[in-house]
Amino acid sequence: MQLSYYPGCTLKTNAKNFEKSALAVLKHLGVSVDELADWYCCGVCFSQTQDNLMQQIAPVRTLVKAKESGNQQLLALCAMCYNTLKRSIEFIKDDAEKLQTIHQFMDLETTQFYGNEVDVVDILTLIKQIGLEKLKKSIVKTEFGLKIASYYGCMLLRPKELAIDSADDPVIMEEILASAGCENVYFPFRTECCGSYQIVNEPDIVKDRAKKIVGSAIKNGADLMVMLCPLCYFNLDEVQKDIQKEDKSFQTIPVLYITQVLALLMGLKPDIHDFSLHSIDPRPVLKMKGLL
Amino acid sequence: MTKNKKISSHRISSEDFDQLKDISGVNVYACYQCGNCSSACPAVEFMDIPPHQVIRMVQLGFIDELVKSETPWICAACITCTVKCPRGVDIARVMEGLRQLVLRSDFEHGNLCEIDEKLRKKLPQIALIANFRKTIL
Ligand code: SF4
Ligand code: SF4
Repeated sequence: MQLSYYPGCTLKTNAKNFEKSALAVLKHLGVSVDELADWYCCGVCFSQTQDNLMQQIAPVRTLVKAKESGNQQLLALCAMCYNTLKRSIEFIKDDAEKLQTIHQFMDLETTQFYGNEVDVVDILTLIKQIGLEKLKKSIVKTEFGLKIASYYGCMLLRPKELAIDSADDPVIMEEILASAGCENVYFPFRTECCGSYQIVNEPDIVKDRAKKIVGSAIKNGADLMVMLCPLCYFNLDEVQKDIQKEDKSFQTIPVLYITQVLALLMGLKPDIHDFSLHSIDPRPVLKMKGLL
Repeated sequence: MTKNKKISSHRISSEDFDQLKDISGVNVYACYQCGNCSSACPAVEFMDIPPHQVIRMVQLGFIDELVKSETPWICAACITCTVKCPRGVDIARVMEGLRQLVLRSDFEHGNLCEIDEKLRKKLPQIALIANFRKTIL
């Protein structure tokens, strides 16, 4: 299996642990991904305007590069990138007028793009395509009793047209983790918004959300939380420290990308993880459970 | 919002209403005020006008009041309201439309220099770019 890979803005910096662990896990499962030779920031948030095509140019330029790569599937690890690229395709495909206008604004791209040539895929769906049996066979660490709360957030589930699973009651992360031998913790806030970009101007909203989401995962007995969005990650990991400063009784929980957990279960070299990027250090619980 | 506003046909056919419709493409008249959107919204406690009231006010043409409201700037574009609406009203798009109405005349909302410096140094690109997308034209 061969596919192209689009990293997006944060996977090379704050979310390095996501990129490194995801690529290592895929390699271990026999999938090779080629990073696009040239790519642009997708804009993070999909523009929800009907009448402004300028904001579609960034994602479309990357999609043109993906088409030129010759691979039909384009892997977007970041949940925000996945959402934006996917919605952009939905917005322009089969609309000759929009496509023509967008092409007129792209000087460097000569390849004609129609919207249906590239299939954007997230890593959970990809792992299911590879096969849960294969995943199961790749796991070397068993009998560790790790209780994991999977947090979906928004961008893999909403709007419904691009949801990778049920928007109300998704199970794909739990299926993958169960195949890898983990115990799943279901908690009521797993599909709720973390407050997103409001961390910049309205951090109190994010604190309020993080308190509820993290608190609910802990109450339900989780050892750690996993997710796929670098923005959710920041809001739920980094912000826990700020909450604790204000409220000493607040309990914290380590947050990891789901692929970090899979890489550890596969016995892949632990030095792919830079644990200094975690605000809540996951090493004590990982050591306790025999994963480090 | 001042109370007891008179509803006149003048309000309902206002230019801003037409512009909002062009930007968002949403038929707000499908809304029957069940309140699902507001009960599902993760940021409703921080808003001055809850999402279902925003839709009602658009129906009635109170666009001037809405562009002065804090609500569109509190909205986190999480699309929860849209998914929960039994009438298929894309509330998240209406919020975007309201933000755009302001940005298309003022170019930006808030001041980037006001972002707390300690926070700014820690923020990942993804947070800053998403924020710029929503607060700068
Ligand atoms: S959920 Fe839909 S129908 Fe109900 S109040 Fe909100 S917009 Fe109106
Ligand atoms: S998109 Fe905005 S209004 Fe709708 S639920 Fe999310 S925060 Fe609330």
